[in-house]
Amino acid sequence: MLNTIKQVFRSPRFLIGFIIFALMLLTVIFYPLFVKADPLAMVGNGNFFKPGTYVNVSETVTANRYTLNVDVSGAAKLDRQLNESDRSKMADWLIRFGGVDEAEIDTSDSVALVELWKNNYSPDADQPGLISTDKKSFERLDKRIDEILSSSGIIIATEEEDGTLTESETIDETSYVNINDLATTQTFVLGTDNFGRDVLTELVAATTTSLRIGLIAGLIATAIGLILGLIAGYLGGLVDDIITFITNLFTVIPSFVILILISYSVGQSARGVGLVAMIIGFTSWTWTTRSVRSQVISLRNRDHVNLSKLSGHSMFRIIFTDILPYIASYVVMALILQISSGILAEAQLSMLGLGPATTKTATLGLMMNWAMQYSAHLNGSWWAYFPVILTIALISFSLNLMNTGLDQVFNPQLRD
Amino acid sequence: MSDKKTTGVAPAAPAAPAAAARPSCLRGTGVTKVFGFGETRTVAVDHVDFDFHEGEIISIVGESGSGKTTISKMLLGLISVTEGQIDFQGKPRDISSHKKKNEYWKGIQAIFQDPFSSFNMFNKIDAVLLDCINMRGGKNLPKEEKVRLMTEACSFVNLKYAELTNKYPFELSGGQMQRLMIARIFLLKPKILLADEPTSMIDACSRATILDMLLKLRDEINMTIIFITHDIGLAYYISDSVYIMEHGKFVESGGADEVILTPKADYTKRLISDVPKIYEEWDLSTV
Repeated sequence: MLNTIKQVFRSPRFLIGFIIFALMLLTVIFYPLFVKADPLAMVGNGNFFKPGTYVNVSETVTANRYTLNVDVSGAAKLDRQLNESDRSKMADWLIRFGGVDEAEIDTSDSVALVELWKNNYSPDADQPGLISTDKKSFERLDKRIDEILSSSGIIIATEEEDGTLTESETIDETSYVNINDLATTQTFVLGTDNFGRDVLTELVAATTTSLRIGLIAGLIATAIGLILGLIAGYLGGLVDDIITFITNLFTVIPSFVILILISYSVGQSARGVGLVAMIIGFTSWTWTTRSVRSQVISLRNRDHVNLSKLSGHSMFRIIFTDILPYIASYVVMALILQISSGILAEAQLSMLGLGPATTKTATLGLMMNWAMQYSAHLNGSWWAYFPVILTIALISFSLNLMNTGLDQVFNPQLRD
Repeated sequence: MSDKKTTGVAPAAPAAPAAAARPSCLRGTGVTKVFGFGETRTVAVDHVDFDFHEGEIISIVGESGSGKTTISKMLLGLISVTEGQIDFQGKPRDISSHKKKNEYWKGIQAIFQDPFSSFNMFNKIDAVLLDCINMRGGKNLPKEEKVRLMTEACSFVNLKYAELTNKYPFELSGGQMQRLMIARIFLLKPKILLADEPTSMIDACSRATILDMLLKLRDEINMTIIFITHDIGLAYYISDSVYIMEHGKFVESGGADEVILTPKADYTKRLISDVPKIYEEWDLSTV
């Protein structure tokens, strides 16, 4: 036994798969111990905030200020604040209406570009072919450039009793705050989703739920498959014929269609995480039954089984001591594959909107479904769906890798 | 030929009494086994009659596919008989329930061809032998008595119990495993032993030892041994009577000397001519 375990861990495939899976499992176990926030709390007031650290603006005003003598005026500032599209917009206007030759314009040199702009741009110039919205956008751009050039700090005003504003202080260009001084910063490593929830926390919670679904579904499917396979294979005859008939019936009807029909028919309100897991389990046992049955058939005529019969052992004892140990490794491998396919089945169902109908828990499939419904893939919010895809792929990959590793150890034909 | 059937270890057995004088212990009339139906219908054993007597060694000889293993499984009660009747010790055999089967299996046991697949590799050797003691009703014996019985059984087959205890079957050699199988039979002491090609998977040196031990079982416990083989030379060496099997039928049967030295059926003659002629005295094709 110990030797077998050693052998299993010597298989590089199993080891890699095991490490990936163990890391995910550890994350899922330990992350909630450190981050106690409700994974489905709606933190953001809006859709899809991008990943990063969010700083409270009012706190930055009152926070301790440091004056840093770094170049914030002139070229560097222009470079930073005029982005690519601003510059190409400026160049476009200058060529079309400012009479500037294209060769004179270098969009990478912001100082020269702004100089050209100031010399040639006029809001009153004749701009044929431009609608007023476009004209206004150029005016706004011009105003912004003026602000950048004339920057003299931001004035903070306080409102007097009679309604007049009095200048209380000016925030200079050279004023900085230290991010460590700020008490209220919020880091969203993976941004927020369509409901303004922290994607990372949600992802960890969803992975936990999905693994649980996979485990329940896998255990149910393997248990049914194992029991039916053992009975059919060992007893043979009419019992075998009936079980094989039922199994074939379930095999020819695509299980995913049954899955969809059952999920749909149990109704939106009844479809919790546990029920979805059970539905997946009850529709995916067929191949385990078939393979266990064929393994048992080849075992039941083995001499050691005959000898056990001759020793007067009961059917249950023969099944448990003379047949099960021989197919145990195979059953473990089948279970691993069933867990993996259970997780995938949940994701597929949820993508179709037939997954667990719940707002209390997240699953990997539901996260995908939400991201898809709010067009995360169209508006470039990759953080709402890509980490989910990656997690599903990693779970499936690691489980399959472990399975291949086990197969290599237990199947002598594949041994190196 | 008088010295060909005595053991090397035990003193020579007294000359076997005439077959007719011995009581019948296993008799079959019209025993038939059919597998499948319709187009796949195969008659594996076709209306065979036999009468095995107590204390004899009976060989069933035939090529692969002749139905030897099927008939042995029917005799053991591992598969059902399609047609015909088997009498065990003068009475019709009744194996209709698990309990009755267990009772029957106290009287008939088997050694199989492949020692490597005969043992459950997850059970230790002690468990195999203890199982036999339990089956003989020794479940409540004191531990020392059980160890004594196991030691006795092991020494019967020239194995040392102390060296085997706590070992797994796969830690032994093929010859040792097959000897352990005989030790198992020694503990069970059934009336009939069915040996299904017990020597075909082991090396020549162990083969002679195994055959000697089978003879010893017959001589010391008066066990009836049904020896199934494809090797007619081996059958001649060991048996009192021989049944030649071809396509599910017994084509010839009788005393070993009679069948092999004066074969009547063409099939028997062919089997005899197929024996490799390594030693002159074994050249049976000339007789």
